[in-house]
Amino acid sequence: MSEFVFLYRNELPAAPPSPEQMQQTMQKWMTWMKDMGEKGQLKSPGHPLERTGKVVKGKQKSVTDGPFTESKDIVGGYSLVEAKDIAQAVEISLGCPIFENGGMVEVRPVMKM
Amino acid sequence: MQLDEHLFRREAGRMVATLARIFGVHNLALAEDVVQDAFCRALEVWKFRGAPENPSAWLMATAKNRALDILRRERTALIFAPELTRWLESEWTLRPTVDEFFLPNAIKDDQLRMMFSCCHPRLPEEAQVALVLHILCGFSVDEIAGAFVSNHSAIEKRISRSKKVLAGSKRLFEIADAADFSARLPSVHRALYLLFNEGYHGASAESAVRAELCQEAVRLSAMLFDHPLAAVPATYALSAMMCLHAARLPARLDASGNLSALADQDRSKWDPTLIAEGRRLLDLSATGDELTEYHIEAAIAAVHASAPRVEETDWAQIVALYDTLMKLRPSPVVALNRAIAIAHREGPERGLEEIRAIANVERLSSYPFYFAALGELELRSGHREIARTHFREALAHARNSMERRFLEQRVTACEPITAAPSRTSHKRKVKQMH
Repeated sequence: MSEFVFLYRNELPAAPPSPEQMQQTMQKWMTWMKDMGEKGQLKSPGHPLERTGKVVKGKQKSVTDGPFTESKDIVGGYSLVEAKDIAQAVEISLGCPIFENGGMVEVRPVMKM
Repeated sequence: MQLDEHLFRREAGRMVATLARIFGVHNLALAEDVVQDAFCRALEVWKFRGAPENPSAWLMATAKNRALDILRRERTALIFAPELTRWLESEWTLRPTVDEFFLPNAIKDDQLRMMFSCCHPRLPEEAQVALVLHILCGFSVDEIAGAFVSNHSAIEKRISRSKKVLAGSKRLFEIADAADFSARLPSVHRALYLLFNEGYHGASAESAVRAELCQEAVRLSAMLFDHPLAAVPATYALSAMMCLHAARLPARLDASGNLSALADQDRSKWDPTLIAEGRRLLDLSATGDELTEYHIEAAIAAVHASAPRVEETDWAQIVALYDTLMKLRPSPVVALNRAIAIAHREGPERGLEEIRAIANVERLSSYPFYFAALGELELRSGHREIARTHFREALAHARNSMERRFLEQRVTACEPITAAPSRTSHKRKVKQMH
């Protein structure tokens, strides 16, 4: 078994979704997470990340507001998934409700040390 | 874990009512932002951690904390609810004041304040209904446009204009003033009545959407009679009418998903719990000497509910009730329904006579069920050709695919061969019973 990090990337929608739509999205996420958990694929559900923060960079260590507010694919959270190989990890990611709202999942193998 | 159906939508109404009370109604937009924020947070956190034990308490606490942040940060820049200013100014009183507004009873009162505020006399009735749906029931502009079969920009304009009126009204309606309360109550009744009708008779083809509108109207009216000042006969009558009608919703579509007329409905599908609740409320409505159109409409629905089969309907009583309703609140639609009841009692020719006598009948000229009623009565009188013309006219005015399918069937029923068997089987059934 190998471990994979799922990075959930999306942008905030232009128009806020209605409460009903948000509830439906939520329900789908909870079902998907639960499903991964029951199949023993979820090593850790991970965490959501705030959309604001700071970016420190360069030799000058300049500090700016970030992360990259203009970017369309801010990481909104991550999970730790267990799968036999990258193909299976990708297969698991296909069930993620993020795709319905134009988001993406980055599947990254955790390096074995 | 399964969240309660429409939990977010309902919590939206509760949160926004309370926040608008604290921030002041002129800061309605700010209140809406905080609600949106609370939902976004819930979405992020619950995705990963699952829903908390008490989702609505979680949402309320999140909204409250966000409100406290804003009150602290903005108290020099913004004016909040003027009557609360002195309590919100110092850190000593801020927290306890806000805590108090988030107690269950305070939230209930705030929803009522908001409901009464939405029924502002300067707003046309249809704007009041849209505003109630938007603010208290958490429907988005698109969802309202869908339910009302109207376009997005028309509803958007209606809502933003209404919000301006609401925000310009300085403060929310004060429900503690008994005289003001009683004066505004009829408008609130009317708005909830229209909301219910939009669901029950509306043009939307989605029966789920329509049932939701009915449920919301039932829920908001129950909120009304929970308040001592609003627990008056008219409120009970309105709620009774809604329950007794809503009880029939499960039977309005037959097994193949087609519209089913009252006379043809499978009455075993009528919801007995809602009928019982409707009757209980109808009894409570009979306590005063006030007689409203809601009393009459509830009574008519109760007569239908007491008939286990359409043949056992007490049409004489229904006609008498429509007579009263015509005196209280005459309208071409009421007159049409009265004519149909008369036809049941005295035969189709008498019904047609009554329909011909309807005043302002031109107001029904695009109402599909006016032509459908003419078609039905002509068909029963044996005038198949005329009946078919009426059903075709009705079909031309159908508002959605469901009505179209229903009326197409009626057009077909005017063909001599297909219509005959259903007539005889119908008669046989009657005979068997006697």
